[in-house]
Amino acid sequence: MTHRSNTSTTGDGYYRSLTRKMIAVMILVSVAPLLVISGTILYYFDVSYREKALDHLQVLVKKHRRTVDTFLEEKLANIRTLARSCRFEQLTNEEFLEEKLRMLREEYGPAFVDLGVINDQGVQIAYAGPYRLSHADYAKAEWFKEALSRDYYISDVFHGLRGHPHFIVAVRQDRDGAKWILRATVDFEAFNSMVERIRVGATGFAFILNSKGEFQTRARHDALSSLQIYLDHLKSPDALSDEVVLVRGVNGSGKEVIHVMSRLKSGDWLLGYQQSAEDAYSVIRHVWRLAGLIFVLGLLGIVMMAVVLSRRMVKRIAEANLQKEMMNEQVIEAGKLASLGELAAGIAHEINNPVAIMVEEAGWIEDLLGEEDLNQCANLAEFQRSLDQIRTQGRRCKEITHKLLSFARKTDPTVKAIQMNDLVEDVVALSEQRAKYANVKIVTKLQPGLPEVAVSPSEVQQVILNLMNNSLDAMDGTGGAIEIVTRVEDGLLVVDVADEGPGIPPANLARIFDPFFTTKPVGKGTGLGLSICYGIVKKMGGVITVNSAVGLGTTFHVKIPIPRKDESGSPRPLG
Amino acid sequence: MSVVKVMLVDDEAPFVETMSKRLAKRDLTVVTAHGGEEALQKLAGDRDIDIVVLDVKMPGMDGIQTLREIKRLHPLVEVIMLTGHATVESAIEGMKLGAFDFLMKPCDMGQLMAKLAEAEAKKASQEEKILEARMKEITLSQGI
Repeated sequence: MTHRSNTSTTGDGYYRSLTRKMIAVMILVSVAPLLVISGTILYYFDVSYREKALDHLQVLVKKHRRTVDTFLEEKLANIRTLARSCRFEQLTNEEFLEEKLRMLREEYGPAFVDLGVINDQGVQIAYAGPYRLSHADYAKAEWFKEALSRDYYISDVFHGLRGHPHFIVAVRQDRDGAKWILRATVDFEAFNSMVERIRVGATGFAFILNSKGEFQTRARHDALSSLQIYLDHLKSPDALSDEVVLVRGVNGSGKEVIHVMSRLKSGDWLLGYQQSAEDAYSVIRHVWRLAGLIFVLGLLGIVMMAVVLSRRMVKRIAEANLQKEMMNEQVIEAGKLASLGELAAGIAHEINNPVAIMVEEAGWIEDLLGEEDLNQCANLAEFQRSLDQIRTQGRRCKEITHKLLSFARKTDPTVKAIQMNDLVEDVVALSEQRAKYANVKIVTKLQPGLPEVAVSPSEVQQVILNLMNNSLDAMDGTGGAIEIVTRVEDGLLVVDVADEGPGIPPANLARIFDPFFTTKPVGKGTGLGLSICYGIVKKMGGVITVNSAVGLGTTFHVKIPIPRKDESGSPRPLG
Repeated sequence: MSVVKVMLVDDEAPFVETMSKRLAKRDLTVVTAHGGEEALQKLAGDRDIDIVVLDVKMPGMDGIQTLREIKRLHPLVEVIMLTGHATVESAIEGMKLGAFDFLMKPCDMGQLMAKLAEAEAKKASQEEKILEARMKEITLSQGI
């Protein structure tokens, strides 16, 4: 019984903590694998994507380096072809030169701005182009000195005489020992746009530096802060290698920046590319954000589900516990009760005879007292009172023993087919007066059209009356309601007698059908009522069970088998 | 009619003793027996016994057996069963076997007296009927 008393102490606090624990476990169990899996995947994604992003940048730079190199070589090759295929005399003819420029522009795009032939004195002896640069003197120009010293030369970008950024492709030729130079101006814009097209994301851009660290493309202000990285590379011993070098740096505002660089133009120039890491890895950030969003939503879902599920489950558990407490159907072992009943009957019989003798002796004294002339006896009244008392107590003993003996007794054993509802109404009518005094309302819920059962009406009446009396006793002083329900359940006719009394403590619940078990004060109850009820119902082939919850009330269920059609009908005598 | 003669049968000697005193005091002739066999013997020897007050539960020959014998041998003797053991079965069986009535022990003296009176009345009327029948037979046979 201890476990029952434990469960009966389970209050709201227990269920609240149970709910909390269940929610916690559910969330933990659901979220932990989610975290581990998504964390692992995201980590590997992060790492591999970073590698991929950097690879991509390197490939991009390599490709563009080739493009730029090709561009420059192409321009140089054009001019070289022109210089070799034409004689000096032809080229110094400005009309011819003009024609050639037009051809070049037609064939190779508008990158060529002008053409000029310069003698070894630095004087432009022939010119074709939009500017008036005939006879311009380049003797002091840096590029001229350089161009004169080698077969061909591509200059850095400079403003020169025309105040417009450009660079020069020059090819040196010999004519009878005298050197001359065919040069072409390549438009900066055409060149610049080629580099500027390398744009990735919001912050990625490319540029070209010459060996002195001067911008060969349009200067980028944001590249200036990290120019040193590129200069270092220019000066480094492997500067001439074709490798694409990747350096990570930090810009002025403390953000990580990726620098990618590669040599150009046989090492003269450097193609630089830089992008903030944040931008380069923007996909990662996007993925993280998405994953975060999904995780938060998932977490929300899990939490909601955990809360709802836990609440529902705990509610179920609470209901089940309550039901268990209520429905602790006391199935008394028939054997135990039978032996107890036999013992009780045996004792009753043994006591009955001495009691009978005592009562007879008292009666004898009474008889004799009537004969004697005891008018003078002062104690006559006391004798009478004493004898009355013996008789009264004898009767009390008799009541007890007879109740005990009625374990095996049939008050009126005639079995009749009866309508239970009528019988219940009779008993209710009998109890109504008492109920009124006890401030108890009797409510009946009788299912109409109940099948008839073959029982002894007086016995069933005794059972129901007994149960109702117990209920009335239980609600003595407090008042309340007794509900009597008749119904059919699993082929049994059930009569429920439910009260709103204080309920039966679990410890007592197992013993209520035991003979002599009573909680009523001495002299008020014999403790036989329920055991007699049990005996009667058992004899009818039925069951009597009880549900009780302390503080809520008690319900007795009397279940009587419904006879099959062929058995019902005419009343049959018993025995 | 002579005084009613009652035989008390019970294995509890003190009960029989006191009861017989009380009944004697109420102008009844009382014979006592402490068992079934003794009761049958006394009945056989005393034709005047009208009523037997018989306890159901006795060692040896019990009340029901005794009753069966009494009714077999002395059908006119009325028997009132005294039962401490208030089993309906035994009571019913007793009634079927021809017991006049049954009373619960310890019994109220008033009740017992009333039952005795009834039993005596019944016996008297039965005897009367028998007497009448005999008379009729005699007169018929004599051809009056």
